[in-house]
Amino acid sequence: MRPTLLGLYATLIYVFLHLPLVVLAIFSFNSSKLTHWQGASLIWYQTALTDPALLEATANSLIIATFSTILATIIGTLAAYALWKQKARWITASLSVSLVTPEIVTAISLLALFQIIFRTLSLQLGMHTVVLAHLSFCLVYVVMVILARLRTMDNTFEEAAQDLGATPFEAFWHITLPMLKPGIIAAALLAFTTSLDDYVITSLVAGVDSETLPMIIYGMARRGVNPAVNAISTIIVVGLGVLIVISQRLEQRT
Amino acid sequence: MSLRRIFLLPASLVTIGLFLVPMTIVLAYSLMTRGPYGGQGLPLTLENYQRFFDPLYGEILLRSFWIAGETTILCLILGFPLAWYITRSGPRRDLLLQLVMLPFWTSFLVRTYAWVFLLRDTGLFNTILMATGIISQPLPLLYNHGAVLLGLVYTSLPLAILPIYSTLERLDYSMVEAAADLGAKPITTLFKVILPIATPGLRAAAFLVFVPSLGTYLTSDLLGGGSTILIGNLVQNQFTTARDWPFGAAASLILMAIVLVGLWAVTRNGEDVL
Repeated sequence: MRPTLLGLYATLIYVFLHLPLVVLAIFSFNSSKLTHWQGASLIWYQTALTDPALLEATANSLIIATFSTILATIIGTLAAYALWKQKARWITASLSVSLVTPEIVTAISLLALFQIIFRTLSLQLGMHTVVLAHLSFCLVYVVMVILARLRTMDNTFEEAAQDLGATPFEAFWHITLPMLKPGIIAAALLAFTTSLDDYVITSLVAGVDSETLPMIIYGMARRGVNPAVNAISTIIVVGLGVLIVISQRLEQRT
Repeated sequence: MSLRRIFLLPASLVTIGLFLVPMTIVLAYSLMTRGPYGGQGLPLTLENYQRFFDPLYGEILLRSFWIAGETTILCLILGFPLAWYITRSGPRRDLLLQLVMLPFWTSFLVRTYAWVFLLRDTGLFNTILMATGIISQPLPLLYNHGAVLLGLVYTSLPLAILPIYSTLERLDYSMVEAAADLGAKPITTLFKVILPIATPGLRAAAFLVFVPSLGTYLTSDLLGGGSTILIGNLVQNQFTTARDWPFGAAASLILMAIVLVGLWAVTRNGEDVL
């Protein structure tokens, strides 16, 4: 393999991976409603940012992502710590299977569960069901990231603390938890971005009052030409991109 | 109760309540009969599974397999040289790897939508081709098998590159040089030295691409329209418009069975997923 040929090939793949998003971003600044370039303008950003339905959906998405991230991060960190101390086969196996379960299957299984619960209690689909659904998939990501981080860590600090008289909880709280902090933040960011982006599961377990941003984008994308979608998409990609770069920086520390 | 048990308790409850119980409900539904107005009840039956022997539904299953297989092969072929290139690029390695992963971590929905924007009748490709006079009518680029395949390859490629990269990174390059010194042609070195070492990475990559592609719903829905119904769309449809939950549940479990066989194949050598 000659390096120049391989380099050319690599460039082509990078173009393939990035060009669609770059083109989308460029056309979000197009003043025309059509795909012809007519000059730069911020009109679609103005349209997107003043659309009440869109703003409400954005608020919903952020609320859902915040709640499910906080829950998943706390529960997942504790679980990863426990699994690091000693394996628990059935939990690891269940989490692994849920990680590879197709989203649509997770979605319908949760829908079936909620429907049975609602038959006995007079509740309805809404933000709470979306938060629970997001908690279930965010939890797996958190456990995965934190467990990987714990496996690279040195157990002797905790042992030393316990030898010096710390209780197991004190050793966890004062020694391991501070060392885990970058990993916890990275895991939380991953959970947050995954929650913000989810469409398939959300669309099945959301109620009439809990439409999220991806649901609005999906609806607009299906209806046809609407450059406002390009504008929102660009905001999302840039926003998520910044969050991801931050989380990767944190990941690389220590 | 030990600290470890207390720490594991909330996650156990979530796993039982939001994964194991829902899956058991789906299993139960798949064995029930659909009621006259939707809903499900007795008698118990295997008929929901038998319907996959009907060519209409069997075809959907086969089509899902076919497109997931095509996606996997394309991703491995396209991803392998790039993974090799990244491992051989010295100090720029981390940057090049992050450039692969960056689109992957940003919105899945937006990445799929980007192709709708490029491919549809009034999309960028058709607009350019028509403006330059190459075509007079827009080409039907969207809502077909090829568009779905393109979308799947586009979204899955980073998932293939990462595990291949991690195995190639551990490869001792002096072995490649030794093979060359001993007179092996590059192609021989590739097949006798590099590929055997990269096999675990290729296997992981194949799994990571095949499984989500097989169960895809969003990609086939947005890029395939009504013309490329895959098993994920069938499941979604049975639980929404068609309101035949028992049949949708059976389709879900067939999908799960295939996924579990794949999971077993990848982890049987003792490698953990988590």
